[in-house]
Amino acid sequence: MKRLVNLTPSKPVKILLGLLPFALIVLIYIIASDARLEANPSDKLLPSFGQMGDAIQRLAFEPSKRTGEYLFWQDTLSSLTRLALGIGIAAFIGFSLGLVTGALPSVHAPLAPLLTVISLIPPMALLPILFIVFGLGELSKVALIIFGVAPFIARDMQRCTQEIPQEQLIKAQTLGASSWHIVWRVLIPQLLPRLINAVRLSLGAGWLFLIAAEGIASTDGLGYRIFLVRRYLSMDVILPYVAWITLLAFVIDWLLAKTSQIAFPWHHQGGKA
Amino acid sequence: MIKINKLWKEYGDNVVLEDISKTVADGEFVTLVGTSGCGKSTFLKMLLGMETASRGELLIDDKPIPGEPDQSRGIVFQQYSVFPHLSVLENVMIAREFERSALLGKLFGVAKRKVREEAQALLEKVGLGPAVSKYPHELSGGMRQRLAIAQALIRKPRVLLLDEPFGALDPGIRADMHKLILELWREHQLTVFMVTHDLSEGFYLGTRLWVFDKVRHDPQAPGAWGAKITYDLTVGEIPSDTLAKVQKITSPEEQQEVGELT
Repeated sequence: MKRLVNLTPSKPVKILLGLLPFALIVLIYIIASDARLEANPSDKLLPSFGQMGDAIQRLAFEPSKRTGEYLFWQDTLSSLTRLALGIGIAAFIGFSLGLVTGALPSVHAPLAPLLTVISLIPPMALLPILFIVFGLGELSKVALIIFGVAPFIARDMQRCTQEIPQEQLIKAQTLGASSWHIVWRVLIPQLLPRLINAVRLSLGAGWLFLIAAEGIASTDGLGYRIFLVRRYLSMDVILPYVAWITLLAFVIDWLLAKTSQIAFPWHHQGGKA
Repeated sequence: MIKINKLWKEYGDNVVLEDISKTVADGEFVTLVGTSGCGKSTFLKMLLGMETASRGELLIDDKPIPGEPDQSRGIVFQQYSVFPHLSVLENVMIAREFERSALLGKLFGVAKRKVREEAQALLEKVGLGPAVSKYPHELSGGMRQRLAIAQALIRKPRVLLLDEPFGALDPGIRADMHKLILELWREHQLTVFMVTHDLSEGFYLGTRLWVFDKVRHDPQAPGAWGAKITYDLTVGEIPSDTLAKVQKITSPEEQQEVGELT
């Protein structure tokens, strides 16, 4: 018998083992839901898959009686727009800040301590301030994501910039590069795949801030909907929405990973050369 | 001509180099050997412009060496001195692009084609002709160093600095690289400074061998005295007893002591 640390399952077994917990969770849910619904057909806590399907059918494929919109898609669109805006702006700010503080010691000196302190502020504590300053509209929700994510990306980019071997920067100078050349042709291209990585890591936080902001003040969005229907104990809506958000997060993450692999093969195959 | 005049390098109380005076004519190939931490890499950094002299002068053609690296002195490090995000060809072309495009650092059209031809010819010369479209991570260690050398030469520097360039290579490949570097040295009429751990490289390559060593040593204050150039030998005319002495200096005695203790 081999040691446990050397026991590696074969590929099909690995896939099967990976699917097993999902199947178990679904099975346990079905059993529990059936038991509750049998005791009380109007139970709302553990709706059957049929009830959830009906709820989503209603929200996704029938226009809302009040506004005529397809709420599910409207919510998805609003949330994704906010998330994309927030993460996009945060990535831009974070990349620029991290790059200049990492590459230029004379910018690092005044900005790096400030950046460290800002990144320690809990973004949720800023939410009331954002609502006061920017009002309850789109801006404050996007701003919360930016405040929550940009400092993290900036610090990560700063670290990545400083990790690029000094030898490369010296080499570039011996080839006649100016500071601008070094930033533009040596640092930025090498930092782009690392930016994608930082964005992937910060997307979880991005969703958190998005749903929190939508739950507190909004008129549409995935977060708004689940907080709204909570009042009616509508688990048949909340559960599919949570699953949908998870799926969206998974797809976005996968797309970013693929983009990075296709656009920067040297980063994924190679070392630092 | 490079003139070193009463050169000292100190970090606070720690003296690294003390009182070095030498003259190196154009076209010489100087090999620098010594134990680790003896200041030979610091000396190379001073030639590069990364470090400044604490006292004394370091002159190139009677002018002080610029305080930062530039295209008059090329460098090849042991590793990390090529750009991983550029292909072999682009790695060499980028030097000309820095030179000729101040704003974008990138050339297009006819200008680009001319630079590509030049880079291609240089890469053929160093034996990378078939690998021009590969990325550095696809190259072996020796090929990567060939690339680093080609890259360092395209702007035709007068001085080439080599910081243990072949330290990580297999012996067979190292011999090929020696042949290459000697060829390029003669062809481009370079002044070469090479730091190495491998004493045989110093005896075989180039024209001159410098041995860095601490003449005085205070066990209570290891930083109190710096290293000097204790031997300045002309390669090809080294007596065998000198060879034995130099071997003793550069062979890591500390390791032997550690070995005895354990």
